[in-house]
Amino acid sequence: MILETLAQRGALLRRARTIAVVGASANQSRPSYFVFSFLRTGGRYEVTPINPVLKDGIDGIAAFPSLEAYAAERGAPDVVDVFRKPDEAPGVARSAVAVGAKAIWFQYGVINDDAIRIADEAGLDVVVDRCIKVETARFDGSLALAGINTGLITARRRS
Amino acid sequence: MSDRQFGFQTRALHAGTPPDGESGARALPVHLTTSFVFDSSDAAAELFALRSYGNIYSRIGNPTVAAFEEKLASLEGGLGAVATASGLAAQLCAVLSLAQAGDHLVATSNLYGGTVTQFSVTLQRMGIATTFVPAGDIDAVRAALRETTRLVYTETIGNPSGDIADLAALAAVAHEGGVPLVVDNTFATPYLCRPIEHGADIVVHSATKFIGGHGTVLGGAIVESGRFPWGAGHHPLLTLPSPGYHGLNFVDTFGEYAFLTRARAEVLRDVGASLSPMNAWLLVQGLETLALRMPRHVANAEIVAAFLAAHEAVDWVSYAGLPASPQRALAERYLPRGAGSVFTFGLRGGREAGRALIDALELWSHVANVGDAKSLVIHPASTTHQQLDEDALRAAGVRPEMVRLSVGLEDADDLLWDLERALAVAATAVRA
Repeated sequence: MILETLAQRGALLRRARTIAVVGASANQSRPSYFVFSFLRTGGRYEVTPINPVLKDGIDGIAAFPSLEAYAAERGAPDVVDVFRKPDEAPGVARSAVAVGAKAIWFQYGVINDDAIRIADEAGLDVVVDRCIKVETARFDGSLALAGINTGLITARRRS
Repeated sequence: MSDRQFGFQTRALHAGTPPDGESGARALPVHLTTSFVFDSSDAAAELFALRSYGNIYSRIGNPTVAAFEEKLASLEGGLGAVATASGLAAQLCAVLSLAQAGDHLVATSNLYGGTVTQFSVTLQRMGIATTFVPAGDIDAVRAALRETTRLVYTETIGNPSGDIADLAALAAVAHEGGVPLVVDNTFATPYLCRPIEHGADIVVHSATKFIGGHGTVLGGAIVESGRFPWGAGHHPLLTLPSPGYHGLNFVDTFGEYAFLTRARAEVLRDVGASLSPMNAWLLVQGLETLALRMPRHVANAEIVAAFLAAHEAVDWVSYAGLPASPQRALAERYLPRGAGSVFTFGLRGGREAGRALIDALELWSHVANVGDAKSLVIHPASTTHQQLDEDALRAAGVRPEMVRLSVGLEDADDLLWDLERALAVAATAVRA
């Protein structure tokens, strides 16, 4: 199912525990490093880089060359977070389906209709053209500290 | 959590101000602190590198200020906001987020005198040139666009001319040129007009005025829509590697948040014109009642304008809310709930009668401000716009005899009583 609403994305991020970041980079100026580092240091998720060129992992976290290699050792990830060119997205979607991932998250600009269809038809939750870092920060309250309109309206105390 | 789209007044009360997570306080706490303790060295490094969100130092961000930012962004329909120490600081930070020495702006000429001076003197000295074009002349905007133009700038309701900007047409011509439309929405407030809904990309405010609403504190804000394609090649400050942040590219790294992130993390950080948490708290109080105050401001302004238009001592009244105003069609399109409560008029006795009127008023306060709960009056040619020469005065829509009113929330009968009295005194003074 393609997750269009805030409530759906919030529920996904609450359910998830393991995130495999496909295309995570060790280059500190790359967006994928920002997201990986944010998720790792936040402590909420077990986050793993998926990138065949990363021999030494990132910040002490071992990388796997493929989703298949990850799943063989760790099992299916809750979320596959995708930093690849749009034309490589269908291949990532097929791998995510094959290893039994529960959700696939296409980052900013990773927009490919085939990839979305492959994942959606296989029953994965699908998020498109959003940043998992921004959405995580939206629900943990930290995005509001940056003056962002989070869209969250509640008179309940955050638990 | 629900996906309900809440109404304006509900968001004015709740957006950005949930119960405090730490204490449960129902009212917004005032975080009067310069700095915030880091969880660990690693967490501090993540914050400084912009890889996580959180508090560092109140020059860059503060929880009370952030509550104001989120509430205003919600009411304007924006992605987010950056608060500043004043309205002029908001303009400067908006411009410096997109332009540097050698760059160029296009602005309508009917702007607040302080804005004209900021652009034509201070920004000019910093190497950023501005071409001023007649308000309402869309072709002149198109003709003024250059390869180095970074934005088009206007005011929803011109100060003090009262011209209403054709926001959709200005947005279209700006977008044709690959640049955003920046709109000063101070006189309208998001209650009367939300420029982003008409195609504007960035909204700036002097929150000092109707948002604060009580003439108590200075403040400003930049709100951005999140829709503008910053990576399309016209804004290198957002796409070239940032030397301050390990060579990161704001558009690649922050996507739709690129402009807001740079405005805060580079421009506000370096300019230092930050909003005080105490002021932010008062501005939040103001936003909570904006939708209750603005209809009363408008109703009183309509009564006062109609009274003046019918008065024999009055030569002209320039208020887009009057049925006979040439601005009426634009006002009906962009300001259907009313054309605000700041407007101008001229006396038949000219400049001298205007001065006599102001000196004879008892209830209207003679101040260089607008948007107070109290009614205000001023003579722009000798005060707010005195730094402009004759040509610039004319271009700004300021006539020598012009008196500007900011109609407050008093009993309308009392406002008319005072004007009636003072108009009689002014007529006597001119005859004498």
